[in-house]
Amino acid sequence: MPESPRHPATPSPRHAAKLFVAAALARSYARVAWLFRSRSWMIQETVLPVLAVAAFAYSYQAMLDPRSNPEVAAQYTGLVVLGAAMTTFWLNVLWGMGAALYWERDSGNLELFVMSPAPMMGVLTGMALGGMTTTFVRATVIATAGVLLFDVPVNPTSWPLLGLVFFLTLTALYGLGMMFASVFLRWGREAWHLVNLLQEPVYLLTGTNFPVSAIFPKAVAAAATLIPLTAGMDAMRQVLFRTPGIFGVWEEVAALAVLSVIFLFTARWLLARLERRAREEGKLTVRWQ
Amino acid sequence: MDTPAIRTENLTRTYRLPRRRWGKAPAPDAPREFTALAGVTLDVRPGELFGLLGPNGAGKTTLIKILTTLLAPTSGTAEVGGLDVVSQARRIRPFINMVSGGESSGYGILNVRENLWLFARMYGVPTALAHDRIDSMLGVVGLTEKAGSRVSHLSTGQRQKMNFCRGFITDPKVLFLDEPTLGLDVTSARAIRGFVREWMKQDPSRTLLLTTHYMAEADDLCDRLAIIDQGKVLACDTPGNLKKRVQEYPIFELSLAPGSGGWAKLGDLPGVHQSTAVEKPESIEVKVALFEEPAIGAVVQTLATNGARILALKKVEPTLEDVFIELVGHGLADAEETTAKGAPADA
Ligand SMILES: Nc1ncnc2c1ncn2[C@@H]1O[C@H](COP(=O)(O)OP(=O)(O)OP(=O)(O)O)[C@@H](O)[C@H]1O
Ligand SMILES: [Mg+2]
Repeated sequence: MPESPRHPATPSPRHAAKLFVAAALARSYARVAWLFRSRSWMIQETVLPVLAVAAFAYSYQAMLDPRSNPEVAAQYTGLVVLGAAMTTFWLNVLWGMGAALYWERDSGNLELFVMSPAPMMGVLTGMALGGMTTTFVRATVIATAGVLLFDVPVNPTSWPLLGLVFFLTLTALYGLGMMFASVFLRWGREAWHLVNLLQEPVYLLTGTNFPVSAIFPKAVAAAATLIPLTAGMDAMRQVLFRTPGIFGVWEEVAALAVLSVIFLFTARWLLARLERRAREEGKLTVRWQ
Repeated sequence: MDTPAIRTENLTRTYRLPRRRWGKAPAPDAPREFTALAGVTLDVRPGELFGLLGPNGAGKTTLIKILTTLLAPTSGTAEVGGLDVVSQARRIRPFINMVSGGESSGYGILNVRENLWLFARMYGVPTALAHDRIDSMLGVVGLTEKAGSRVSHLSTGQRQKMNFCRGFITDPKVLFLDEPTLGLDVTSARAIRGFVREWMKQDPSRTLLLTTHYMAEADDLCDRLAIIDQGKVLACDTPGNLKKRVQEYPIFELSLAPGSGGWAKLGDLPGVHQSTAVEKPESIEVKVALFEEPAIGAVVQTLATNGARILALKKVEPTLEDVFIELVGHGLADAEETTAKGAPADA
């Protein structure tokens, strides 16, 4: 480093951007490496969800009788497969993002990141990118298995639209994850309970295994779209299976885009604030080092 | 005037203690706060290898955490490279780094090289340069063969050596080492000390702050030392000057053959401050404290004229441990040794 500590230059925006990208890619590397090196994930994280899909798919098929009602049966099964695939992202956001900083602190890495010139948002972005990549692989395995096993028809109204919805859903989800991450950093162990608390009700609200709009009153369904998973899955269902949604696809796309921006900015703000608080309270580092 | 590399003024840090534990009501007289640093004022010059010595819980790590921008001071100021650790933390971070001996950081799923690369990238070190530095650092700590091993497969000491490397790969201007040789084998610790000394010589603008519990290490490495206890700086000087403090008078130890005479009268010699002796079956151990060093000539002459046979004669050099015990009041070794050192004559 050329600059002297006595006259440290304020980094240029270009330098700051480069550091952000470097930090994000480096941190995501550790996650992606895990995908290739951890052998047991395949079974744990793909076979089990596929079994869960099977349970729902068979019960829908039993109720709806595919021979007399092939379209509806396929739709409902498709919905379950989509739900299972998208839920892996939600779990990753909760456990892989929300709990991540807490875990990084206990392992002693958090202080190294905070101490480094890399922006924490860069580190979190890296976790998000890594998490998305590994979860994408997992979700693809689940979706493919589901589609093949249960004969789910895949012909979306528009592939680019499906891609857009998927992309925005992930951005909003991981933005929310970054928000959780900074909150959990401060509340530590209590946050753990919060994760558990969020997990199950969200399955219900987002309609992982059934169409929300068909079951909840409109107001509840509308409120549930604030969880990006709900809006995202609802829009994807409309595009994939042409089912009626809570709102129109484009409205949901707009909602997801707005949520993404709000979540990302809130995450940044929270992170800076809570990092400062944690530094004052001595909670950035573990005590026994 | 040169900007100090590290400067603290009246630095204080208190920790809030939990009021309730497991739902039990707190004891009414339980303290609310714990003072880990109580008004620390220090000045470390650029180019200095500065040591912090102190018993467990003295506040060394707390001080390092504040200087590395990980912990906010409760009051007082701390600056690194002339920049304030609270308001200018972002500008400090690019040129500092820290390694602590007990740290368990790193990603078990990555290998040693990847792990070091990951943390180098957080400082924007280009990948190719990072790999060059990783190679040379792994050579220094003797971990070259482990470059491709998973971090989770390393032994504790190997993991620590890896983290030691991490601190140097970003080429910091101010480096903090918190007990870097903790738990390392003798050869490795020596290699690390040698490297630290060399690294400081390579670039005179580098500054290093080191904590250790090994007195010999502190004596051997540090240009200056601060001895701290209970959050306060008790002394801050060069190792040589610190040692002079505990020994007002030069001390010599003599071993005399059994039956030798003359030793009883040594205390009456004009140049001798004090003399003690212990008779053992195999020898007579005499200890003399002199007003001036040359008085040892008169001591030897008196013994010789009284027919004493001198088996050994050596000057007693005070050690940092003596300084430490004197200042802190208790040694890092067991209590027994402390009393033995405090009263050498009546063994
Ligand atoms: N987060 C914390 N909350 C409450 N007390 C703390 C906290 N961190 C440290 N302390 C207390 O502050 C004091 C100083 O701790 P510190 O870790 O700075 O000591 P140290 O000099 O590094 O000791 P050692 O030689 O054992 O490493 C200790 O008494 C410790 O118990
Ligand atoms: Mg310590």
